Amino acid sequence: MSPDILLRIGGATVDTIYMVAVAGLIGSLIGLPIGIFLATSGKGELFPAPTLNRIVGLIVNATRSTPFIILVVAIIPFTRLLTGTSIGTKAAIVPLTIATIPFVARLVEAAIREIDKGLIEAARAMGATPMQIIFKVLLAEARPALTLALTMTAVSLIGYSAMVGAVGGGGLGDLGIRYGYQRFMPDVMLVVVIVLIVLVQLVQSAGDGLARRFDKKNRKT
Amino acid sequence: MSVSAQSATPPADAAVVFDGVSKHFPASGQSGAFTALDTVSLTVDRGSITGIIGRSGAGKSTLIRLVNGLEKPTGGKVMVDGVDVGALDEAALRSLRRNVGMIFQHFNLLSSRTVFGNVALPLEISGMDKRAIEQRVRPLLDLVGLADKHGRYPAELSGGQKQRIGIARALATEPKLLLSDEATSALDPETTQSILELLKRINAELGLTVLLITHEMEVVKAVTSDVAVIDHGRIVERGHTFDVFTHPKHETTRALLSGLPGSKLPDAVARALKTQPAAGDRAVVRLTFFGAAAEKPLISQLIKSVGAEVNIIAGTIDEIGGAPYGSLVVAYGADAETSGRAERFFVENGLVTEVLGYVA
Repeated sequence: MSPDILLRIGGATVDTIYMVAVAGLIGSLIGLPIGIFLATSGKGELFPAPTLNRIVGLIVNATRSTPFIILVVAIIPFTRLLTGTSIGTKAAIVPLTIATIPFVARLVEAAIREIDKGLIEAARAMGATPMQIIFKVLLAEARPALTLALTMTAVSLIGYSAMVGAVGGGGLGDLGIRYGYQRFMPDVMLVVVIVLIVLVQLVQSAGDGLARRFDKKNRKT
Repeated sequence: MSVSAQSATPPADAAVVFDGVSKHFPASGQSGAFTALDTVSLTVDRGSITGIIGRSGAGKSTLIRLVNGLEKPTGGKVMVDGVDVGALDEAALRSLRRNVGMIFQHFNLLSSRTVFGNVALPLEISGMDKRAIEQRVRPLLDLVGLADKHGRYPAELSGGQKQRIGIARALATEPKLLLSDEATSALDPETTQSILELLKRINAELGLTVLLITHEMEVVKAVTSDVAVIDHGRIVERGHTFDVFTHPKHETTRALLSGLPGSKLPDAVARALKTQPAAGDRAVVRLTFFGAAAEKPLISQLIKSVGAEVNIIAGTIDEIGGAPYGSLVVAYGADAETSGRAERFFVENGLVTEVLGYVA
């Protein structure tokens, strides 16, 4: 393998990390409040808004059920509007972010719904405002589950980011397709796959470790 | 406890007044409409430990949740310190809740917070600054005997310790009223006793009014000064705990009391019991004695005055709300002469008796 290719692999790895980090960050920042909303706006819950809850739930489901590759193509005009281009790393961040939002939202919703309703009742009995309940009780208690949810998001994003390569999105997936597949360089493909595996492993172990540290419930006495 | 008047002005010494309170749940989904509480009137005296006892589903959970507005009544009024809880808006309700402590069957501690952090939570919620919180939490942990556990997490504590933290947390905002929702139902008998002792101490030392709901007569017997029995959403009996225990009037109360040790007949006797005496049968009689009578040598006197054999079948000597109380089931000849002498003896000594039946 020539130094040139190795350099490209290095660059593509940085691109992938960059895409995953930016899309993961923005997507989570938007997905988190949506997930909180989904988990707390049902009938008789903290912020009851059952109709809006259903509408948001529907949009989230629609986005989640759209195959990612179709989403990428479908939102090209929007991507161009935002970034001025439809190819490259910057452009790829847009569909990745859009795909992250509903993914995070559902995971956050599930994490919050796992929390014992008794804790919410106890906080209400203390005179907590709904906002205090969200920040002091729900998010604090769900921290281990949220950490795992974000880890899962990052891992999925690494996979998605390889897919945007198919439409010229840059990153490891792009490199793998252009060199490994189209120019028939199986060694490049192998290295790309190994780098992806290592990335996923690193993210997963870091997330698991962090979640374990946050988890005060299942620790040994 | 006193019978609540229909007038709008509650007695000045009332911590909580339920005035004709009803709670209906409308039909939803598979479950039909349901009446949890049906025109309940009840007064909780300031400084008392008042128990509400009933079977599960009797409406006691709903009743206690009306006090801090976790549930709203569909009819009637709940007054806490003279304030109509149902009429408060959310903000006013929150400030009321900060002055009413509550403890729960499953403790409801935050697993992500340490012991210290859990007790500090209601203070954080009320906006107290960190230094003041420190100063408030430490003595509370001392009070419940867990000062050495302040950095531990709930998962590392036993059930009894968790409930002590729950109590410390409920007391953090220095409330005048403590609501206890089946606080000992998840605990073993020994731990239950120690938690009840703690509640008694808090009641005595801090002058806190305690309103507790439970399905266990043992709990009512051990700590309450007043009790109300609730069944199918209605208060069927109420009064001072001692009176209710020694003179239960309602069937539900009797059923709940029958679970207490010493008040049940041995199975063999219960099966052999007849309603009418035949010649040579013996009468089975329950004697209830309290106060001074509990301290007299009644049995030897009874045998002397009856002049015949007296069998002891079941019995218990106990305290209810600190007053001595005894219940004894005895059998003696059912013939007119023996019975007559026994009855005279009971009247002379002020004993409450109940003929349960006859055995051969």
